[in-house]
Amino acid sequence: MADTNKWTDTRMESFIGNLLRGGVLLSASIVLVGAAVYLARRGHLSAEYHTFHGEPADLRSVKGILHDAFALQGRGIIQLGLLLLIATPVARVAFSIFGFAVEKDRTYVVVTIIVLVVLLYSLIGYNSE
Amino acid sequence: MTIIEFSLLIAGGSLAAGFLGALTGLGGGVVLVPLLTILLHVDIRYAIGASLVSVIATSSGAAAAYVKEGFSNIRIGMFLEIATTLGALAGATLATRISTSTISVVFGLVLIGSAVLSRKPHPKEQREAPPDGLATKLRLNGSFPDEGGMRQYNVQHVPAGWSLMFGAGVLSGLLGIGSGAMKVLAMDQAMKIPFKVSTTTSNFMIGVTAAASAGIYLSRGYIDPGLSMPVVLGVLAGSLLGTRVLVKAQAKWLRLVFSIVIVLLGIEMLYKGFSGRM
Repeated sequence: MADTNKWTDTRMESFIGNLLRGGVLLSASIVLVGAAVYLARRGHLSAEYHTFHGEPADLRSVKGILHDAFALQGRGIIQLGLLLLIATPVARVAFSIFGFAVEKDRTYVVVTIIVLVVLLYSLIGYNSE
Repeated sequence: MTIIEFSLLIAGGSLAAGFLGALTGLGGGVVLVPLLTILLHVDIRYAIGASLVSVIATSSGAAAAYVKEGFSNIRIGMFLEIATTLGALAGATLATRISTSTISVVFGLVLIGSAVLSRKPHPKEQREAPPDGLATKLRLNGSFPDEGGMRQYNVQHVPAGWSLMFGAGVLSGLLGIGSGAMKVLAMDQAMKIPFKVSTTTSNFMIGVTAAASAGIYLSRGYIDPGLSMPVVLGVLAGSLLGTRVLVKAQAKWLRLVFSIVIVLLGIEMLYKGFSGRM
């Protein structure tokens, strides 16, 4: 019993490891593409981060980011890459629910669902107003 | 300074921070915010947003390598992530409500604290501790490859460890750091989890913890693509490079130098916070 558990744990962990690495590679590539567009178009302007203005509304929400990225705006593409990066650990947690369910570990299915709910609340449910 | 010059400068600095962070095991995120705010006069809210995203990148990027070694314990990680994500939500919410000077002071204290922690030798591991009721119920006890075969360990003091993890989550959400040092403290010192298991499981947890506050930072407009881009790419490249070298280099003196730099940055953050220049 313990051995089969260990085996699935190891398989689950190696899948998760690859998932995380793939997510990071993909998002870093998108950020790079966005960086090229952004620097080519706006690289000569002067940088200003001394005072805080907050990002415009379109770079704060999933919908707005997707819109800007598909309009091929450099900042929108970069933000899409960053969003994907933030989503990578969330995908890991979501997959773990499946992994624990396969192992019939009910306690950890519940534990993992709690973690996922907290993450989704922050990403989607949290109201910025 | 033009955006191109600024981006190159930040990418270079982030590369160095990521490299030294991975090499010394102290984490690169902790020096990013002070570097951006003190040297480049970036507003601390933008700096924290960028740092937070880079923390997710390094944690996720390194996880694949750690997983293969078989040290990390996914049940311990997942169970404690309830504490760290709730803490991170609280920390990120707090960050939007308190003044930037207060954040700067807390940051300074955490920098100095983490440098001191890293100098402290970790105590001799208590072997063959009796199994704890709650830890057994939660199936937290495990084993890992050690010299001479697999070694079993029994997890202790679950509530104390859980509370410390909540604190680590708050700091991560408030300051945009991984707070790996405090996570290791909770597992290694409070819960008596072997050091190797603690550090690798902590790395695994850092990304999930940071993701919990990143959503709030994003919707509050703290994550700027122009600033985060060179930070994320630089730190990621630097830390990947650092973990490659890690095996070969005996980084004792480097650790000492990096700790001194961290303390100095901490003092500067305290000064800026108290003098209201943040």
